[in-house]
Amino acid sequence: MSDLTTSNAGTLPSTHYYVREHHPENGTLLGFWLYLMSDCLIFACLFATYAVLGRNYAGGPTGAEIFELPIVGLNTSLLLFSSITYGFAMLEMYKKNVGTTMLWLAITGLFGAGFIYFELSEFVHLISIGAGPQRSGFLTSFFALVGTHGLHVSFGIIWLITLMFQVKKHGLTAANKRRLMCLSLFWHFLDLIWIGVFTFVYLMGVLA
Amino acid sequence: MSAHTEHGHGHHDHDEHDSHDHGSFKSYMLGFILAVILTAIPFWLVMGNVIPKSSTLGVVLLVFAAMQMVVHVVYFLHLNARSENGWNMLAFIFTGTLLFIVMSGSLWVMYHLNHNMMPGMMDTTGEGMKPGDGQHDMKNMPAMHDMKNMEQ
Repeated sequence: MSDLTTSNAGTLPSTHYYVREHHPENGTLLGFWLYLMSDCLIFACLFATYAVLGRNYAGGPTGAEIFELPIVGLNTSLLLFSSITYGFAMLEMYKKNVGTTMLWLAITGLFGAGFIYFELSEFVHLISIGAGPQRSGFLTSFFALVGTHGLHVSFGIIWLITLMFQVKKHGLTAANKRRLMCLSLFWHFLDLIWIGVFTFVYLMGVLA
Repeated sequence: MSAHTEHGHGHHDHDEHDSHDHGSFKSYMLGFILAVILTAIPFWLVMGNVIPKSSTLGVVLLVFAAMQMVVHVVYFLHLNARSENGWNMLAFIFTGTLLFIVMSGSLWVMYHLNHNMMPGMMDTTGEGMKPGDGQHDMKNMPAMHDMKNMEQ
């Protein structure tokens, strides 16, 4: 035992440090990936619900009547642009440029906020014309699925703003880099889910 | 690690995740352009009414969505068999399997749910039976005749 303490204090501090530092970092990204996969299952359940209930209009409006594809297309491009700008933020992070990283993060957040704005205005419009979630099985599952995705994006934006403050205060430390990498996975994952939403809900919803 | 020398950013050994491939400007742009194309075509197909048969169009849309998802996973999420010693990929495949079971299982079960139901109960599904249809359907269901006889 005394051997161990002397080696800790004296000859081999760097190796010890290396091992302790390295493993938890890898563990975080793997753990976050596992969280995303379980999140994916939540969305799978919501997609399955929509697949089952999506045509139960109960005499109410159908997808073809209420979906406005130009708005959906705009939202899709906003999310897609936010994905690539987050990618640029990550590339700047690897180059250790704090300023440009912050700039790309801010642009990503604005794209995300635009997405949320148009989605909320769509929801408000639908509820105002009496096509709220209580109208039919179709609308219940629609609001549940699209709303859950929107909530994820909203929390992603909150996370992004928090990280911008963190980076501003502490710089691109190892911990902040790890957090940015996790948010990167989260943000791209949400764009991935949106592919399913715009294809399965909106585009296939307007088909006869 | 070849991915690191490729992007040429120096860093300390314990600072980064060696098993994590994080892409380059080129790979991000390639992914972005592919994603834009794979998004634009489905929107064009639906909004321009290019394929009149909706069942065919539905399958085409799903194929495009699947292709775009692969593009996002490869170019944005940087998933490959090497990262985290393959655990990322393993978890991904496992999730994909569960997703398939949940989706196809739900559809399979729910599609057959209305079979062997009494006509009166089918109204609750919202698919609806017109008021006149009841008599016609009962003729095809021997069980219903038996029940009617029992009531008399």
